[in-house]
Amino acid sequence: MFSRLREIDKPLISVALALAAYGLATLYSAGQTDVPTAVATIWVRQLVWLALGAVAAALVFRTSPRLLEWASPYAYGAIVLLLMITLVIGTGAGTAAGSKSWIAIGGHRLGQPAELGKLAVILMLARWIADRREPPATLRELVYPGVIMGIPFVLVMLQPDLGSAIVFVTILFAMLFWAGTKPQLLILLASPAIGLILAFSTIAWGAWIVLLFGLLLWWRSYVWEGLAVMMANVLMGVVAFPFWRHLAPYQQNRLLAFLNPEVDPRATGWHVIQSKVAVGSGGFLGEGFTLGSQKRLAFLPAQHTDFIFSVVGEELGFVGVVVALTLFLALLLVLLRIARRATDSYSSLCVFGIAGLLFTHIVENVGMTVNLLPITGIPLPFFSYGGSFLLACSLAMGIALRVAWESRQSGYAEL
Amino acid sequence: MTTFHPFRMDRRLRVARGIVWGTMGVIVLGFFRAQILEHGRYELKSRTNRLKAITLPAPRGVITDRRGAVLAENVPGYTVSLLPADTAAMRATLWRIAPIVKLDSAAIGRVLARYLRVPYQPAVVLADAPFPVVSTLEERRLLIPGLVIQTEPKRHYPDSGDIAHLIGYVGEVTEQELAQRRNAALGLGALVGQDGLEREYDDSLRGADGLRFVEVTALGHVVRDHGASPTLRPVSGAPLRTTIDLDLQRFVARIFPAGQRGAVVAMDPNTGEVLALYSAPGYDPNRFVGGVTPDYWRTLSENEAHPFFDRAIQARYPPGSTWKLALAAMALKRGLVTMHSHMPIPCRGGLQYGNRFFRCWQAKGHGDLTLQEAIAQSCDVYFYQLGLKLGLSSVLEDANAWGFRGRTGVDLPGEIPPEFPTGTDYYDRIYGSRHWTSAVTLNLAIGQGENAQTLISMVRLYQMLASDGREHTPYLVHPNIPSDVSLELSAEQLAGLRQAMIAVVERGTARGARREAISIAGKTGTAQNPHGPNHGWFIGFAPADKPRIVVGAIIEFAREGPYVAPLVARVIARYLGVDTSAASVVRMVLPSDTAPATVQVLPSALPDTVRHDTVPPDTTRKDTTHVLAAPRDR
Repeated sequence: MFSRLREIDKPLISVALALAAYGLATLYSAGQTDVPTAVATIWVRQLVWLALGAVAAALVFRTSPRLLEWASPYAYGAIVLLLMITLVIGTGAGTAAGSKSWIAIGGHRLGQPAELGKLAVILMLARWIADRREPPATLRELVYPGVIMGIPFVLVMLQPDLGSAIVFVTILFAMLFWAGTKPQLLILLASPAIGLILAFSTIAWGAWIVLLFGLLLWWRSYVWEGLAVMMANVLMGVVAFPFWRHLAPYQQNRLLAFLNPEVDPRATGWHVIQSKVAVGSGGFLGEGFTLGSQKRLAFLPAQHTDFIFSVVGEELGFVGVVVALTLFLALLLVLLRIARRATDSYSSLCVFGIAGLLFTHIVENVGMTVNLLPITGIPLPFFSYGGSFLLACSLAMGIALRVAWESRQSGYAEL
Repeated sequence: MTTFHPFRMDRRLRVARGIVWGTMGVIVLGFFRAQILEHGRYELKSRTNRLKAITLPAPRGVITDRRGAVLAENVPGYTVSLLPADTAAMRATLWRIAPIVKLDSAAIGRVLARYLRVPYQPAVVLADAPFPVVSTLEERRLLIPGLVIQTEPKRHYPDSGDIAHLIGYVGEVTEQELAQRRNAALGLGALVGQDGLEREYDDSLRGADGLRFVEVTALGHVVRDHGASPTLRPVSGAPLRTTIDLDLQRFVARIFPAGQRGAVVAMDPNTGEVLALYSAPGYDPNRFVGGVTPDYWRTLSENEAHPFFDRAIQARYPPGSTWKLALAAMALKRGLVTMHSHMPIPCRGGLQYGNRFFRCWQAKGHGDLTLQEAIAQSCDVYFYQLGLKLGLSSVLEDANAWGFRGRTGVDLPGEIPPEFPTGTDYYDRIYGSRHWTSAVTLNLAIGQGENAQTLISMVRLYQMLASDGREHTPYLVHPNIPSDVSLELSAEQLAGLRQAMIAVVERGTARGARREAISIAGKTGTAQNPHGPNHGWFIGFAPADKPRIVVGAIIEFAREGPYVAPLVARVIARYLGVDTSAASVVRMVLPSDTAPATVQVLPSALPDTVRHDTVPPDTTRKDTTHVLAAPRDR
């Protein structure tokens, strides 16, 4: 046991612990408002979740990747089942009270299956890709991983939780990339999404279709593949407006507010504006730990979940932001290094998928606080309050630590 | 060849690292822009987000009488205001505190309207909150977002109703006033003088309001005073010393017959200083502080006695026999008569003129009188003939030259000018050229006809008689520009007129006003009232040889008996320090004049000092038309 601990990947565990401590401190500060709310004491509950997560991580660390690989389909199946149950009995919470994201028993919310679902999809995709030994070379070969990702994606979209659903997509792309899928194929796969976005300007969409046609000729793809891609892009152009109308008003507003927060500063743009004001007023050194006035006076919305990074920006300033981002950068680089040195392709894909998951969460959450990205309510790893995602992160750290330990055992020298 | 060949993996690792580094770099640049480059802008936004300015009202200047006794002062009061996040929050909070501060839905509507006018300032909910309410609200502070409780100087009038028309009251500025007084540093919601001296000298009384900043939460909870932000201290208004003799003013208010309508003006004839100015019925100006209640407003505005109406400067009455002194002065000035002149026709109870018979008030007649006796007896027949002797154009010329068409210029708002014809063309216009006769002269001669004077305008005439014949414009605070109006009478002539007026009090029509220790000179009058009992006048001054005070009084519908002369006599006695305990109620014989004047008693328009906009629309007066006289034109 202790010998294993001695061989543990020290950079990873120290970065993870540092982030957990930084996050807990920020969460404590987020609760310090002038008019006390329930947020004031949630850092204690987060501490309990951290302890639970540490236990879970330790258990996973003791689990062989082979056992994980064997268990992946079962975990995946269980999560899909849980997501289906969630759609039936799920409840909303907080800013998204109308959605069905939470499993609750007797009125007590237990957790969000979607967060664990992300991990399950990583494991399942890793198993499928590792089994094939060759990267998918054609669009038809991408159907199966697409379905693996697609089932939980659709289930989460139905909740509806657009933010988490997008994370599933980025995980798929990250893992296909790591498996060695040709970039052309990934672009073709992504083309319908690009077509969807460009459909809001007819000229841009037309240009995209012409470009895509050229690319298909250039890459000499199969005729039926090319036809399918073209059809999909045309279809996206057609359904774009019905799809837009189908989006919930809050989702539309978030996208509109991203483009121009001042459209409706008191309602739609409120989150973005207040977040930017909090971050911007922080300046170089910040207003001081627990002293951020936007947060204290409740101008900053969701300061303990979605916008917790704005608290860092306001109270600890640019310095605090850079420290936090450096820690996140270190975490991602360590994970990439572990993925590179993994002893087997399954482990490698798992760790890279985890890196992709964390990367998406970090970039999206941090980016939206300064309006670099539209608002989607996905949590910041180790910072945002929430048991399910913290548990998912802990499990991910456990897996990564195990993979690193395995490769250490097999002879990779310490960097 | 496997896809997990180290060489290929290293290539992909480089791409992945590049993406991670690049993305993080972009994010850091984003934060650099927000936190370093645009820091100032967001810092400002953060401040405007959370700091709200609250006006600190300046204490108004203290108003004192001539000896320094307080007429209007400031006492500490509590105002309860709300600083809401938005209209919905405002409404919710108002309903929540409604049971505590006793608001009905109409009052809530008014507060909301006030909030919507100035959405970024605290809206006053309760301008004068009693302490128990304040403490109850403080206990529930957490439940009431945006609650601001301030101690503010509150206007207080120790003598309340006794000085109401003199002092006026304060109230929130209206939008019309804001538009009118653009230069004044006034904000919406500021308190300004609404009537009387408070309004006339508002600019100097008001002072400059201060500002303080408080920190509020997103829901509007006021968290703390912001110590770092500079607080602008309020500058209190300048004190105002008036010429009023508070003791005399109180005395007038006390002895004025209860329930009667009328007015009293006391002046120093040698300077024009107003010593007392009282109008009845009055109101309590203290009840206007912090907003008048709709009930009280309704009581006042629906009262047919019009308590807002300052009968000393805003009501016109036919001067009646008090006018005879003006006529006598005109005749003396022109050298047509002396105090001992007789008229051709002795009084036999009336005068036949043309095809009409003009009666004297005393049907049995006065016989053959001198001017002095005619004044004492107020003989109409004598003055009919005097008027004819003077001629209409001379009467009109002198009356206009002596200012009986213009405001006296007293420093009070809302004074109305008396009515008097400008010249004979006036009659041409009214009756048509050649359709009137010099019979109008007879009416004018005895203070009837087309002549309606305010009390203060008539007091001014007696002021001129009481001094050396020169006019001293009445004033309360600042002496006005010296007037060049003069009766142009010699000292002997003035003395003769005074002698005649002493005779009025000693033997004539105002015997009730006689006082043993002082010699009062004065003249009674009756203003014909087409709507009921006549109005009684008396204007007198004393001591008759060297006058120190001139007092004029009018009582409407002097049905209870002619109290007017004794009232004035007691006021004069009080001022001169003579014992007034032996107040005798002596019935005074008032001349009943005959001229069928239908001169308007009340003006057709209400004075512009009366505010209509501070109350709900349903309390506006409706039933005033029957009080107002019919149109003057026949």
